[in-house]
Amino acid sequence: MTDVSHSLRAEAGPFFGEFGGRFMPESLIAALDELDEAYQLAKLDPAFHQELAALGRTYTGRPSILTEVPRFGRHAGGARVILKREDLNHTGSHKINNVLGQALIARRIGKTRLIAETGAGQHGVATATAAALFGMECVVYMGEVDTERQALNVARMRLLGAEVIPVKSGTRTLKDALNEAFRDWVANVENTHYLLGTVAGPHPFPVMVRDFVKVIGEEARQQVLELTGALPDAVTACVGGGSNAIGIFHAFLDDTSVGLYGYEAAGLGADTEKHAATITKGRPGVLHGSRSIMLQDADGQTLDSHSISAGLDYPGVGPEHAWLASIGRANYRPITDDAAMQAFRLLCSTEGIIPAIESAHALAGTLELGRELGPDATILVSLSGRGDKDVETAGRYFDVLDEQGNAKV
Amino acid sequence: MSQIIHESPVASTIAAANAERAGALVGYLPVGFPSLDASVDAAVALVENGVDVLELGLPYSDPVMDGPVIQAATLASLQAGFRLTDAFTAVERIRARVDAPVLLMTYWNPVLQYGVDRFADDLAAAGGAGLITPDLTVDSGADWLAASDRTGLDRVFLAAPTSTDARLRLAVENSRGFVYTVSTMGITGARADLDAAARTLVARLREQGADSLAVGIGVSTAEQIAEILGYADGAIVGSALVKALADGGVAAVGRLAAELATGTGR
Repeated sequence: MTDVSHSLRAEAGPFFGEFGGRFMPESLIAALDELDEAYQLAKLDPAFHQELAALGRTYTGRPSILTEVPRFGRHAGGARVILKREDLNHTGSHKINNVLGQALIARRIGKTRLIAETGAGQHGVATATAAALFGMECVVYMGEVDTERQALNVARMRLLGAEVIPVKSGTRTLKDALNEAFRDWVANVENTHYLLGTVAGPHPFPVMVRDFVKVIGEEARQQVLELTGALPDAVTACVGGGSNAIGIFHAFLDDTSVGLYGYEAAGLGADTEKHAATITKGRPGVLHGSRSIMLQDADGQTLDSHSISAGLDYPGVGPEHAWLASIGRANYRPITDDAAMQAFRLLCSTEGIIPAIESAHALAGTLELGRELGPDATILVSLSGRGDKDVETAGRYFDVLDEQGNAKV
Repeated sequence: MSQIIHESPVASTIAAANAERAGALVGYLPVGFPSLDASVDAAVALVENGVDVLELGLPYSDPVMDGPVIQAATLASLQAGFRLTDAFTAVERIRARVDAPVLLMTYWNPVLQYGVDRFADDLAAAGGAGLITPDLTVDSGADWLAASDRTGLDRVFLAAPTSTDARLRLAVENSRGFVYTVSTMGITGARADLDAAARTLVARLREQGADSLAVGIGVSTAEQIAEILGYADGAIVGSALVKALADGGVAAVGRLAAELATGTGR
């Protein structure tokens, strides 16, 4: 590890080491500057923090609880496994934390329309929810492929009053939904806030989103100390763009005894062409407004990613993760579709908790890590979302449902 | 800066067009659409029919500033096997046939991956005039500023209606060739009415000292070009030309270029 004499938690962008920055059309620079300024002012305003905390308590359900899962832990080398239950948040995932923060900022700068990209639909649902709560217009861009595999979340967004636009350009998945959201923003920046859903994109998004989700780790660190009397040996999370992972990692960055493990979607295998293991297999480049690590060919064209989990199906990753990987503070490892699905089923059957397939990647990583670290280890897992939206995918995967989605007899 | 601007082949072509006629016509087409050969022929046809400066688009997987027409064309080029070095080949072949200066319009990651200095050297060797960088602003472009100064390539930065005066000055002081004046808030694609914002932005850029600027985004008719050249030095047409090429091939894009060129007083 490099010099950690200063706090790793103090990094505030625009750059994290060589990663981050702002690579965007000039048309959007004024909006990014306005956002940055509004965010810096809000950060210094006690009333803003009080309002956000109150929403957390009375709307999201913060603090989220810890659940210890010994029957699951037996399969993880007997390690003590503790889940941080972001799946129990209102709207079903950690995404609501960032969304409420940004919606408050948007309101402060007088924007009346929220737009968002979404993969699995969790961020889109959270944004549609905030728009309903604050009386704002909402448009969600979702890759056409994802609208098919996450039809339930499309229905939820529409019920919440949002317009869902299936994106038919490019690979028709999450990265193209971001492109389309940026195009909308360029044309409508006067009244519109782009509520970006992860710790990627141009400055100030990576640092602002991080600040809105770091409550996950701040709560969990205190809760684990109260529960066990010590810090955990390791913290695990799935990584797509990386918001839930940075959310739970951030409070532990300066705790050098705590290992940080991010699990990327390896799809059919990190050595195949069908994966989304960005840090494992990618190299530095610029995508969606910041310099980070990405999956790309020799010419710098973005490669198609693949994952059974729509929320991890992204060929980039947030710049702070690229930096944490580059200085060796966090480890990033690949988890295949199948390993994630087996962990999904294991948590269902051993603990009565149906996780999101995204979060199941962290669970599968925890099973491996527990076997490495042994029965004396304590592992804190970010259970970033619940799996209601994934029941059809899982039902087909495990042959519980037929191709039409009907129960098998 | 004016000293350097007059050394730019793009700036001097635009200045000459303004001396002879109402102003310059800048025409955009993507490399490799519908094929590498046809894209070279189409670019040559633009020049033969009155386009003063060529803007060749380098196809990219994630073109956030482009509307559906250009997205479809660049995607088709990529699917047909476009490789980055094809851009240099195209520039070289076009320059062998016509005298107009050729700028490449490229998103930043392909340049970064090829190597900024290597890209500049190979573009200059192919006879290219410089780069238009839609997702690289002056304040993020230190390595490109250095490489373009070393090689003498033009660098065209964008100016938007939302840019502050300080940012307009940054674009004016650091652009060489012309300042790309974004006519309206939005992505590429034909529009019936050009925003009055273009006229205002041109006036603001003049106040910051711009002596070579071209207006683009949404421009598709000879009437619009004539109107723009009433207050700007050049007009940029993209999607309309790409659509003509897609629908009617090289002959059709040549005919449209000739028609558009009437807007420059040719």
